[in-house]
Amino acid sequence: MRIDCDVLIIGGGPAGLCAARSLLGTGLNVLILERDPFLGGQLLKQTHMFFGSKEQYAGTRGFEIGQILTREVQASPNVTVMLETVASGYYPEENFILALEKEKKLYQIYFKKVIVATGASEKSLLFEGNDLPGIYGAGAVQTLMNMYGVMPGQDIIMIGSGNIGLIVSYQLLQAGVKVKAILEAAPTVGGYFVHAAKVRRMGIPIFTQTTVKRALGQNALEAVEIVNLDSKWQYVAGTERKWSCDTLCLAVGLSPMSELLWQFQCEMRYVSELGGYVAKRNAIMQTTHPDVYIAGDVSGVEEASSAMLEGTIAGFAAAKALHKMLDSVDQVIQNSQKFLDEMHRGPIGEKIRNGLAKVEVDVCL
Amino acid sequence: MRIKEHPIIDYQKGKTVTFTFDGVPYEGFDDEPIAVALYANGIKTLSYSLKYHRPRGIFCCIGNCSSCLMKVNGIPNVRTCTQRIEQGMVIETQGKGVKK
Amino acid sequence: MFIKNGYLDIDELGERMPSEERFERGPVAILECIQQIPCNPCQDACSRGAILPFQSINDTPTIDMDKCNGCGNCISACPGLAIFVVWKNYNLESSLIKLPLELLPFPEEGDSVELMNRKGEKVGIGKVIKIQKTKQNPKSRVIWVEVPKKLAMEVRHISRSNNHDK
Repeated sequence: MRIDCDVLIIGGGPAGLCAARSLLGTGLNVLILERDPFLGGQLLKQTHMFFGSKEQYAGTRGFEIGQILTREVQASPNVTVMLETVASGYYPEENFILALEKEKKLYQIYFKKVIVATGASEKSLLFEGNDLPGIYGAGAVQTLMNMYGVMPGQDIIMIGSGNIGLIVSYQLLQAGVKVKAILEAAPTVGGYFVHAAKVRRMGIPIFTQTTVKRALGQNALEAVEIVNLDSKWQYVAGTERKWSCDTLCLAVGLSPMSELLWQFQCEMRYVSELGGYVAKRNAIMQTTHPDVYIAGDVSGVEEASSAMLEGTIAGFAAAKALHKMLDSVDQVIQNSQKFLDEMHRGPIGEKIRNGLAKVEVDVCL
Repeated sequence: MRIKEHPIIDYQKGKTVTFTFDGVPYEGFDDEPIAVALYANGIKTLSYSLKYHRPRGIFCCIGNCSSCLMKVNGIPNVRTCTQRIEQGMVIETQGKGVKK
Repeated sequence: MFIKNGYLDIDELGERMPSEERFERGPVAILECIQQIPCNPCQDACSRGAILPFQSINDTPTIDMDKCNGCGNCISACPGLAIFVVWKNYNLESSLIKLPLELLPFPEEGDSVELMNRKGEKVGIGKVIKIQKTKQNPKSRVIWVEVPKKLAMEVRHISRSNNHDK
């Protein structure tokens, strides 16, 4: 079946929802494709209060932000939402996106502008036995306990002390699960100090320069062998020890889900600071394909506050390109850009700044 | 195992449904994915890899990886971490008994 | 070092550490937020204007300890749960600490609780004096706990013996 829209938004997480919100009241026919049966993306799994500034809902819990954005977007007459629908491919000859609804119904979706907000997928880690049941991405653990109220395990070891590793450890304590330790391969804690301080005072140790070498178990995880790392990230012989646990949670980063952008033949670049291959873009989130905009983790893995700002910018930019704009559109875009720059300005933003410098281009259009 | 009480979240549960896993009846909620309902019943191993016959469980739980593929109502390779459980569903371990 | 251990050493507090003279005058907020991160909701949390406006969102917060009366309203506004109020001279033997808590089981007033330091070590037993809830953040509690005076700058978390955060 054929569907026509003005702006197609792929992904109903924080970036996609904020893009849709920018397009409210423009009269443009907006369509959101979301593969889950609900909008909100990973926001719905976040029980902690968000950082950032109050304009991006700082101080509000992530799942509540998801609910607020969902309500705003669903109340709008010019936005249609297709749930349980996957954007499975782009067909350049006819210029449509093929979408599959509920694993059954196919749609050819024609659009004038598309905002790709597909998010990121979790990385795994290479070690013996890493495929045993009981070894999960941190996102899976969040899905089980925060979406569905199911205990991911009884006795958990966390790999990675970035913000996700620290926050999920805290969430595990809130769900009543014992977190034995957080292991970090680097010599220092990766995430925000305040997140680390929270789990430390609750009694979870963080071991730096330590990682998992082997997972042990017959039909599911029973124990892990952990090992110290030297300054060159090599195993220190003789430091191996065996710890029992029924769950190992991997919080070792995310990579952008950029498959559609490759199909659009956007110019791509591998940028490790941003998590993997990302599309080059200009300041209004437009890629080298003039009809394709990006927002959120697919444009570079970052915090949800950045995703919301990028979505806002991409939405306004698409409206402007279709000549459906508020008089103040340039002003609104600039404001969001200013917020985003401001967030990246501090020492924590250095890595992101370095990454963005490699993919930001002036020309597009 | 289900979380009984949470300091922040009030869990909303759907309708209780009955399904079978490898012939044994279990209960779940109709608004949760198959793999989650199995997990809540203590079932972690969902399939076996074809070549080396290694056990597989969920990994990403959001439909990205293929670690949770199972046979559902006779159809193989169903992504059970996103597919909702339904009353009377017949769920089977995939790849069980496959020899190296 | 906080960056290595995940908890701060007391001298890393720097100017955020109130003077003995300020402690004499009653309760005061201690902002244990020493790393520049993009976060600023605390600047709007104090109705007395004791938390000074940020120049940049990446600033660490600055408190005017003369304006602060230790009410504790900022505690539940901090997403990092990094604000504590210390009333050093609560009475002759004890100090009172107000700290954030989002873990079950929530203690009741009058409960005896285990006191934990920044490293998560049990350092003593204290008594819950009051549970403070705020409208803007009803799911987290601010717990007022009486602790031995020498632990005023040590205790940053409490645990009930049947708590799961062992």
